[in-house]
Amino acid sequence: MTARLAAASRRIPGVAVLVGLTLLLVAVTVLAIGHGAFRIPPADVLRVLVSNTGIDAGDIDARQVAVLNAIRLPRVLLAIVSGAGLAVAGALMQGLFRNPLADPTLIGVSSGGALAAAFVIVLGATWLPGVSKLLGAWTLPLAAFTGALAVTLLVYRIGAAGGFLSLPSVLLAGIALNALAMAGVGLLSYLASDEQLRNLTFWSFGSLGGATWPVLKAVAPLALIATVAGSLLARPLNALALGETQATHIGIDVVAVKRAAILLTALAVGSLVAATGVIGFIGLVAPHAIRLACGPDHRIVLPGAALLGAVLVVLADTLARTLVAPAELPIGILTATLGGPFFLVLLLRRRGQIGL
Amino acid sequence: MLEAIDVTVRIGTRKLLDRVSLSVHTGETAVIVGENGAGKSTLLKLFAGDRLPARARTEGRVRVAGRELAAWPLAARARLRAVLPQRPELAFAFTAREVAAFGRYPVSTGWHDRRDREIVDAALALADATHLAGREVTTLSGGEQARVHLAAAFAQLWEADFPHPRFLLLDEPTAALDLAHQHALLVTARAFAAQRNVGIFAILHDLNLAATYADRVVVLHQGRVLAQGAPGAVLQPATIAAGFGVAAQVLRHPITGGILIATAAATDAVGVGHGGVSSCRTL
Repeated sequence: MTARLAAASRRIPGVAVLVGLTLLLVAVTVLAIGHGAFRIPPADVLRVLVSNTGIDAGDIDARQVAVLNAIRLPRVLLAIVSGAGLAVAGALMQGLFRNPLADPTLIGVSSGGALAAAFVIVLGATWLPGVSKLLGAWTLPLAAFTGALAVTLLVYRIGAAGGFLSLPSVLLAGIALNALAMAGVGLLSYLASDEQLRNLTFWSFGSLGGATWPVLKAVAPLALIATVAGSLLARPLNALALGETQATHIGIDVVAVKRAAILLTALAVGSLVAATGVIGFIGLVAPHAIRLACGPDHRIVLPGAALLGAVLVVLADTLARTLVAPAELPIGILTATLGGPFFLVLLLRRRGQIGL
Repeated sequence: MLEAIDVTVRIGTRKLLDRVSLSVHTGETAVIVGENGAGKSTLLKLFAGDRLPARARTEGRVRVAGRELAAWPLAARARLRAVLPQRPELAFAFTAREVAAFGRYPVSTGWHDRRDREIVDAALALADATHLAGREVTTLSGGEQARVHLAAAFAQLWEADFPHPRFLLLDEPTAALDLAHQHALLVTARAFAAQRNVGIFAILHDLNLAATYADRVVVLHQGRVLAQGAPGAVLQPATIAAGFGVAAQVLRHPITGGILIATAAATDAVGVGHGGVSSCRTL
């Protein structure tokens, strides 16, 4: 009896966690917008945000408005979109592969983006001068997005070769294409000049430094559509925990679910990789934390991970741009530094609970 | 009625099933027995609508209520038959109640439907798993897990007012269970089938369990139906020898009054040698 109560009460109600995380995200967002070389007190942040909607919020410092609207707001919003998108993509992959350690890199989306980005950084100026001139600053994100989707589609096609989308085939195709893409990145790094190598390194650890309104407008719709549509896969992903055969027995169209999960992940991560480079660990840590707190129901895990991922990336980016100001740390270094120990603690203390 | 009509399944030149015709009616328990490789699992997969190996070629028809199984949409198929797999999988630490509630997926779409919750509770109670409801299934023993998954199957087939016949497919349901749970599971499944007019199609290895719980026994041998009918008529020494390659004697079961099958290795002379009542189980 007591064992039963203990087992049942270990979980926190999902709705409470969702509400709590939403409030936390709002608080963290307001603080992050105000934090930086030019400080804006939270009350002023709120007043500027209110005045943005057209409501009169009294006297506002014009410099505050300029800094907030032109610099801080797009960056924090990109952080929210990135965190939510990466976390949902991670949860989708874990649900799909039925493995708590799965993440979007399995389907080649990150390495595809990295290869294309490396190609543009190292060879873009010499091999594709016309394209670079035409697209300007958009060359790198477009190439990364295209590369990410291209490699994922290739992985998908190989996995579906037998007329049936087989997850082991997808996994093995992902490993093979990841290795090839990474070999390509290695070769390009070898050819790169010192400055190119530095750009490449920075890109591969991620940064939200490129956040502007145009970038946000290009990326946010894709990432948000993928995030929301991904959350709609909650019930089928729950069923998939029973295995593909048994999920089919309870009426789930398993092939459609697998296809949707892979394509939505590619869309979310592909567009985010294009805007920010590779930000690791969010997709792994956020869904895990929610699963530990609330149990494995994807109806809670997907939205919960999105909120937690957003909170984590907003925090990490605030640290990234303030810790060594006026310089910036690559955000991926921070997420890995925070995520690695978190993960080890999880592994050592709760081995049974995460299904290992 | 769930029926296979003249079904042959081939992989290359090998026949997994060879012109099998067989039907299961609602309210009855049909048990299929046979040696390893006789085609039992293939037949169950056909009835479940599962994917066979890519190289397998199937002839003949599998129908439910007169209509090809494959022609039923996936969601409707989920209300026609539930399957208790031999080794149920579960990737994440769902609770027993959550797993049992998976059985409501084909029927409900809502978050908190009261009727669904009542059915899940009733299904858990029927499967003797109420006390496990809040536990994470990954922490349960094999026998407890089997009961939870059985509850899910019950919840899936619960609606007796569903306009089509419903079937429960059990794939060696007793394989992981101790003696008491083997009997309990089959008693429970039979009670559910009788109460709710569901047909049961089960693969069993133990001939005495088959004799005790089947309304009809089907002996499959090398992909063909060797014999089918009432247990007492089918499970006779000659059929058992032909189907399983063991010597057998059929006795009167001292507890149930039904038949009791004693088996021994085929080389022993029946009734002498070292044979014995090797798989006798009591209620």
